[in-house]
Amino acid sequence: MNYVPDFSIVTDNWIVLLRGLWVTIQIWIPSIVIGLAGGFLLAQARLARRGWIRGTSLVYVELFRDTPVLIQLIWFYYAFPILVGVQLSPYAAALLGLTLNTSAYASEIFRGGIRSIHRGQMEGALAIGMSRAQAMRRVILPQVIKRMLPAFTNRTIEVAKMSSLASVISVHELMYQGRLLSSTYYRPFEILTAVAFIYFVLIYPGTFLAGRLEKHLARSN
Amino acid sequence: MTGKPILEVKGLHKRFGDHHVLKGIDFTVEPGERVAIIGGSGSGKSTFLRCMNFMETLSEGEIWLDGTRIGVEKKGTVTYPEKQLCQVRERLGMVFQQFNLFPHMSVLNNVMEGLVTVQGKSKPEARRIAEAELAKVGLSEKHDAWPGRLSGGQQQRVAIARALSMQPEILLFDEPTSSLDPELVGEVLRVIKQLAEEGRTMLLVTHELGFAYHFATKVIFLAEGVFHEVGTPDEILKHPKQARTQDFLRRFGEFAF
Repeated sequence: MNYVPDFSIVTDNWIVLLRGLWVTIQIWIPSIVIGLAGGFLLAQARLARRGWIRGTSLVYVELFRDTPVLIQLIWFYYAFPILVGVQLSPYAAALLGLTLNTSAYASEIFRGGIRSIHRGQMEGALAIGMSRAQAMRRVILPQVIKRMLPAFTNRTIEVAKMSSLASVISVHELMYQGRLLSSTYYRPFEILTAVAFIYFVLIYPGTFLAGRLEKHLARSN
Repeated sequence: MTGKPILEVKGLHKRFGDHHVLKGIDFTVEPGERVAIIGGSGSGKSTFLRCMNFMETLSEGEIWLDGTRIGVEKKGTVTYPEKQLCQVRERLGMVFQQFNLFPHMSVLNNVMEGLVTVQGKSKPEARRIAEAELAKVGLSEKHDAWPGRLSGGQQQRVAIARALSMQPEILLFDEPTSSLDPELVGEVLRVIKQLAEEGRTMLLVTHELGFAYHFATKVIFLAEGVFHEVGTPDEILKHPKQARTQDFLRRFGEFAF
């Protein structure tokens, strides 16, 4: 192998990659935050008393879980506008797809978590006069979140990585900028290595902190 | 004891699907009464107690607390607004067989939780009340412990302190010693006895017939979803008239000395 790597191509274009990173973050954080909130609501719907609410939620979750996320993003960009008559920007389509996808996954995490909490916990909270909402907030959710933290961490990492799929509908995020640079300068080795490294630097601190938080929460076990 | 009943139950029925558990129960409790409810497993005694604070929804019937009917009747159907149920549950403290302490909160926070979240008390005030209740059940030195680190008997005493912290008018005990190791039963019964001596109004579902005899002002033998026999502890536990009550007590006393 006599290829001589030249990383000056990366340092010369760092502002382009940085701009891509910023867009990646703009897809990643909102889709995780909104997706988790939506997932919580969907999980409530899955545990609802009325059958049609449960059914709707189930169909939604299965649709998103059982189709490739790549197709979902492309579908929201090309097919969805035909359905509703409004063209979405690439960014909006990507955000919508990833958020809905995340909410489907998160709802399964929440549902499993809420069901794993013994019924007595809800009863113990109600018995001292709490409303269901108070019991959920003060007693059930803190325990669910503690148990579900590894799953949420996983999902957060997955979404950070999945956001790179948005490059196929030309959202100018990190992966898109990387591919653009590498095809412009014919330096895929340096640029794609740098892009992978940036993803790592972006994601690793989160997993590290989540691990610490998990230990902190486990202290009551 | 004569006076206005604090709790009144009229024509209570409870069904789980096709399973008719409670078949028309009428019942009144006066302030200061201590009622022990006994009966075989599956007789519906826990379900009956759980209907009192609406841990179970009633299939039919009425519950009156201090002269006020619980629930709102509109065109023949009764609904139970959550707000009203919360107030009822605040006034009827419940102690469960499985304690149901909140494992993610310290002992002190378990007892403070209702005071802060439900009654909106300030933390220092809630803390003062919670400390007093914990002292009462003999657990002052366990404030900072996690419930999971305590023995069953200690956990149940924390649960009693948690119920007491809300200043309930009536206490409901649902088999409070049934999941305890035998050597831990005494410490919990002693706390309940101490509450009895304070003149509190209490309903106790139990298998501890000896304790029921000394504790109760009234004993109810529940069988097949009805009050089969009701009377003083002496009448029910020593001189039962009904064959079924006699049979139950004989089976229970089978291995007595």
